[in-house]
Amino acid sequence: MGRQLLINDLDKPGIQTLEGYKACGGYTALDKALKMKPEEIVEEVKKSGLRGRGGAGFPTGMKWSFIAKPPGVPRYLVCNADESEPGTFKDRFLMEKKPHILIEGMIISSFALGANVSYIYIRGEMMYVFHILEKAIQEAYDAGLLGKNIMGSGFDHDLYVHCGAGAYICGEETALIESLEGKRGNPRIKPPFPAVKGVWDCPTVVNNVETIAAVVPITTMGGDEYAKIGIGKSTGTKLISASGHINKPGVYEIELGVPVEEFIYSDKYCGGIRNGKKMKAVVAGGSSVPVLPTDLILKTAKGEPRLMTYESLADGGFQTGTMLGSGGFIVMDEDTSIVKNLWNFTRFYHHESCGQCSPCREGTGWMEKILHKFLDGHASMSDIDLLWDIQGKIEGKTICPLGEAAAWPVAAAIRHFRSEFEEYVKSGKNMKDVKHYYRLNNLETA
Amino acid sequence: MAKVTIDGHTIEVPDGTTILNAARSIGGKIVPPAMCYYSKLKTSGGYCRTCLVKVSKGSEKDPRPMPKPVASCRTNVMDGMVVENITSPEILEARAGVVEFLLINHPLDCPICDQAGECHLQDLGYEHGKAKTRYEFARRTFVKIDIGEYIKLHMTRCILCYRCVKVAEQLCPGRVHGVINRGDVAEISTYIQQAVDNEMSGNMIDVCPVGALTDKTFRFKSRVWFTKPVDAHRKCDKCCGKVRLWFKGSEVLRVTARKDEWGEVEDVAEGKAGWICNDCRFHKKEVNDWVIEGPSHINRHSVISANHYELSKLKLDTEQHLKQLEGKKVDLGEGALNPNNQ
Repeated sequence: MGRQLLINDLDKPGIQTLEGYKACGGYTALDKALKMKPEEIVEEVKKSGLRGRGGAGFPTGMKWSFIAKPPGVPRYLVCNADESEPGTFKDRFLMEKKPHILIEGMIISSFALGANVSYIYIRGEMMYVFHILEKAIQEAYDAGLLGKNIMGSGFDHDLYVHCGAGAYICGEETALIESLEGKRGNPRIKPPFPAVKGVWDCPTVVNNVETIAAVVPITTMGGDEYAKIGIGKSTGTKLISASGHINKPGVYEIELGVPVEEFIYSDKYCGGIRNGKKMKAVVAGGSSVPVLPTDLILKTAKGEPRLMTYESLADGGFQTGTMLGSGGFIVMDEDTSIVKNLWNFTRFYHHESCGQCSPCREGTGWMEKILHKFLDGHASMSDIDLLWDIQGKIEGKTICPLGEAAAWPVAAAIRHFRSEFEEYVKSGKNMKDVKHYYRLNNLETA
Repeated sequence: MAKVTIDGHTIEVPDGTTILNAARSIGGKIVPPAMCYYSKLKTSGGYCRTCLVKVSKGSEKDPRPMPKPVASCRTNVMDGMVVENITSPEILEARAGVVEFLLINHPLDCPICDQAGECHLQDLGYEHGKAKTRYEFARRTFVKIDIGEYIKLHMTRCILCYRCVKVAEQLCPGRVHGVINRGDVAEISTYIQQAVDNEMSGNMIDVCPVGALTDKTFRFKSRVWFTKPVDAHRKCDKCCGKVRLWFKGSEVLRVTARKDEWGEVEDVAEGKAGWICNDCRFHKKEVNDWVIEGPSHINRHSVISANHYELSKLKLDTEQHLKQLEGKKVDLGEGALNPNNQ
């Protein structure tokens, strides 16, 4: 197994507590960071090539250097712990098992950005993680790691955990900021970007939990050393939430660059497909990224083996590629119905659309209704084209990326599995019951 | 100053002007339609996506095109920017898509809607929509709600432009009006049916682009195209007192604020929008409450303006007749052009 920088030491006793974490070398990075200059830390993060782990993969160092620094205006760091993408559960795992690595990362990052107040915006459903974090923060305050004059460095910092009310849209950074300010969680229209006007119109950086946690090993080992892990522009380690029809679902920390085939079939990771079945498709980075059939997920269109990196997974654009996204790796076996799965995803986006801009508000619901028609057996061939047309009219026309997140899975499913939609139309049967789908499969093989 | 080219028309506008406002200062067909943007309300716009345009050149300094269509009402011009609106087939396609999305859950009850004839969604539908819908499911419906004494909310017709929310935020202190729920069941509401009790609340009716918020004192009284708009004013200590009266015969059926060609409230002074108070709007419906200024000019809404007395057939005929006579010395006879004789 490759190096683990984030979820190592989980078997050590009391890793959740400050003492246990310190016994494993915790808060030494903070000590080191506070002796450095803030710009030096930003420089190290830039050198490390760390990219945002929330899904978009934007270089973190660059994001940090964009923050506006008008004199006399406070700056803020916000940690996006509103992890709600179906198929992604890495942040919850990390915060639950090792809350102090996030807190340490928050203090180092805030020091680098010059923020005296930072927030962790946590998803409302993860109430128990909220309590774990609150407890850990209290421990850190008691030990003088938070508050005034941290470790005698003269740096003051306050950290708050804010609980959301369980809206997927609040994972979008500007909606998160609105929600944090106590308003309705509607995404803002950009520009201005949060780096200029964020929380309370002050410059703000919003980072994912894993990104902030990764700052800790980067500080310890130095940016150059971190950049040696991984391939090309995909450096470091990444948490992958593997789920679906695999033998060993769970959260894995991989060095970026592991071949997808190895990740799925190796016993170190997913351990192959459950019940000895064949693999049908993979959603590689959370429900919103395009689904890929087996031949395209294992090998790119050019025939090279696909690796778990930002570039390799995106190879071929959306025609034959996908995205690493947030690392929600969903594997589907040969018995899975893509249409049914798509309906489930679309239902989610319909439910989670904030309703602010028209294409997403109306389009997501429309797509769900049409997909429901397929499951009911009432669809016609023209409905496939209609779905294609609707997704094209949502994608890129909305305020925030939720429109794209809803449109991409539909586009990819039709692109790669059109025949399955046609089968649904031809059979004309009610497919809402799984058994019916098995019957359809049997009819085909017979 | 920034130089911007929209559909081949180049214009110089002050820095910080939005693409939409730059297009409006050029005027004509190249102006993108705007359902949610309202220049008199801060932070409005960006929601409906009908005003999407393509920026094919970012600026003189950074000539890269913008990757996605942008909302022209919320994007500022840059020096050297090149914008495509009606010249881009892709934008027309996207706009047709937005119109379709706006209409799939709209009840299309224009025959019984008070807004018909001055409805922006009607105009938008005529200009950019398709004759047939591809939507075959039950449309979303809501129960009608009374918002206070004077306003009826027909949420079924609403397109969630957020204009009335901005009115509540910016004109009515002590806001009780906002959006609840999310996605396609999001609705405008007053919290726990609390009435909007504020002397400026009536302006919500004026800003509503569709028939979602209607004037209870005018509901079902008349089709708007049978009423005649007349500008009038009175002394009012709560508002500017400059209004438009809508007559049927000698009866004042409705009082609204004066609107410009974009359907927005006109400025009464530099930078001061002519919002009117509920007193002027709902209680002063006698002719002798007002000082009549003269007939109002309407040029935006097709239905009213087509039937408008200003453009009535008589006048057109007279104009044509006079044009024909121009340059010719013809004895029209005594008093032929005397208005009293017409």
